[in-house]
Amino acid sequence: MEDDMADIDTENKLVDNEYKYGFVSDVEVDEAPKGLNEDIIRFISEKKGEPEWMLEWRMKAYQWWLTKDEPRWALLDYPEIDYQDIRYYSAPKQMSERFKGEDGELDPEVKRAFEKLGIPVEEQERLQGVAVDAVFDSVSVATTHREVLEEHGIIFCSISEAMREHPDLVRKYLGSVVPYTDNFFASLNSAVFTDGSFAYIPPGVRCPVELSTYFRINAMDTGQFERTLIVADKGSYVSYLEGCTAPMRDTNQLHAAVVELIALDDAQIKYATIQNWYAGNAEGVGGIYNFVTKRGHCRGRNAKISWTQVEAGAAITWKYPSCILQGDGSTGEFYSVAITNNRMQADTGTKMIHIGNNTKSTIVSKGISADQSKNTYRGMVQIMPTAENCRNYSICDSMLVGSECSANTVPYIEAENSSAIVEHEATTSRINEDQLFYIRSRGIDEESAINLVVNGFCKEVFKQLPMEFAVEATKLLEMKLEGSIG
Amino acid sequence: MGNDTLFEVDDLRAKVEGTAILKGLNLTVRRGEIHALMGPNGSGKSTLSNVVMGHPGYEVTGGKVELGGKALLEMEPEERARAGLFLAFQYPVEIPGVTVANFLKTAHDAVSGEKKMSATEFLKALRKNMEMLEIDSSFVNRYLNSGFSGGEKKRMEILQMLMLKPRMVIMDETDSGLDIDALKVVSRGVNAMTNENFGLLIITHYERILTYIKPTHLHILIEGKIVVSGGPNLVKDLEAHGYDWVREHHANESLAVV
Repeated sequence: MEDDMADIDTENKLVDNEYKYGFVSDVEVDEAPKGLNEDIIRFISEKKGEPEWMLEWRMKAYQWWLTKDEPRWALLDYPEIDYQDIRYYSAPKQMSERFKGEDGELDPEVKRAFEKLGIPVEEQERLQGVAVDAVFDSVSVATTHREVLEEHGIIFCSISEAMREHPDLVRKYLGSVVPYTDNFFASLNSAVFTDGSFAYIPPGVRCPVELSTYFRINAMDTGQFERTLIVADKGSYVSYLEGCTAPMRDTNQLHAAVVELIALDDAQIKYATIQNWYAGNAEGVGGIYNFVTKRGHCRGRNAKISWTQVEAGAAITWKYPSCILQGDGSTGEFYSVAITNNRMQADTGTKMIHIGNNTKSTIVSKGISADQSKNTYRGMVQIMPTAENCRNYSICDSMLVGSECSANTVPYIEAENSSAIVEHEATTSRINEDQLFYIRSRGIDEESAINLVVNGFCKEVFKQLPMEFAVEATKLLEMKLEGSIG
Repeated sequence: MGNDTLFEVDDLRAKVEGTAILKGLNLTVRRGEIHALMGPNGSGKSTLSNVVMGHPGYEVTGGKVELGGKALLEMEPEERARAGLFLAFQYPVEIPGVTVANFLKTAHDAVSGEKKMSATEFLKALRKNMEMLEIDSSFVNRYLNSGFSGGEKKRMEILQMLMLKPRMVIMDETDSGLDIDALKVVSRGVNAMTNENFGLLIITHYERILTYIKPTHLHILIEGKIVVSGGPNLVKDLEAHGYDWVREHHANESLAVV
């Protein structure tokens, strides 16, 4: 019963209909000049105090990237991106100095920015039960809950720090799930990534707190290229949350991230994202271009990786969190809500690649399009010829709110082993008038009625989120739908 | 119109997809009265309930409807509900992902305005009413009407009515598809609502429900108009001789008898 009431309170909360994370912080920065070349990559690597092998890897990635064209197969329509008009490094000055060993304090403006976002970064004000790594433009500015994590032997820090402190682990796993030759954006990221989070959970350890990274873009004309690497050793468990916001600007900004997850025997990783980048205004001016490669590798037997995403922001979203199910008996899950309004465009989905025997995957995708937005589910389920007794269940539902939006479902199924059981269901519907009338006849106004129906539609996915994130997700949805009908 | 008039339908005319269904319907419910409206298929019974509640698919072409002196037809459906109108649907709609508890609390808050209940009070009242309607307590966590049987959906309508405490209720064929035990339970719930300030309009095909909820007035609707109206005597005729007899016997009466 307590759960119900929490649920009720969640859904009754009032929300602002404005993008309330659109502020800009005035921070003194250390930045690279615009443009991309080998010198810029050297500049980044030097700023991070990286080992030589890392710089070499970046250079190889850059060379590969130069030979490739931007992929254009997604149902996304956006102008040419000028990669020389982007700044690839920008960091609060005080942070930059800290990396050089001078003990700089956290810039008060940066601290204030995270406070405004509800993310306290000082140890004494930290969030209960959630260890946060806060990334501001190109650098990680703080990581909380360090002591309790160290007690359990868990490593959670920025990836720059990991490269210096735990080079063997980073070298062993970085690029092992998403190689720099994977795709155009992953390769760009490999060349210029500036920060991100690293987590390592030792064998048999159940991580006692949620790990979380909060990404904030602040600087103008700067791209954010973060890289996250999570390794769950044998029999360990970790739940990881990721949130992101950016200021409202009328120019587009590029975000090209890579996330790699590795789960060894009997390990489990739950990875949840609430993506709320600035999406541009009602006319489609401004907003973040979000080109992200996320992939998990169930490397050991009975490993499990679950992706849960709420994609509510960004002008353009190109993102397919996937699972390579290599270990026998391993499980991959993908739960997604993608909501688009105004002129937003999202092309998102997943790939489940069944290599091991008795591997299972579940895909639950809920797409909601409003206004003149475009929302596409693109997914692939692949069962390799030698993978016996694999199962997949996919459900992809789309809901249209209003008459000018569009929804597409592009599922690919390649089952090359006859013992596989693959089920796929897909529906597309307009928001149902009879449902709205029924709800309104009980005294609930039209907008709240739409929120109830849409939240109900997304329930299966929201159930996968930790409580605070579910609250956040519900609010975000309401915000996005405000004024979409009528 | 007397001071104790609660609900009044005056010369109501309405179309569905261009076809006239209601052709000048008149009906007055005073406080404390229970009216039954019977009529063959296609006579306009469900159109009446949908038009009164404000379904966007129906076009009102004339007449007016008032509740407690307030004109309903200009209002949005949610405003009608807040004015104290409740429609128990013939076919309640499924709302996947929205729990009974959440839905009812949201609706309750919406209709009660300033006088919102705390979550604890609300749940207490909900449990009590569920017990009366013999609805298993697990239903609070189920998604509204999703996968419910026909009888469960109807009971859920009555539960909503009990929780929202309207002053004027229209029951649209609530009895259809109910077995005798379920009918008794539903009737018990409705009878718990009735009092000297409450108005009820029961739309039905069968007189069976009228043995459990005693109407004070009975109307017969044919082709979009009420052709026969009577007080308790007509109800007695109905009890004694059945629906068909009443219809035949009164078919030639040109004026409604009140």
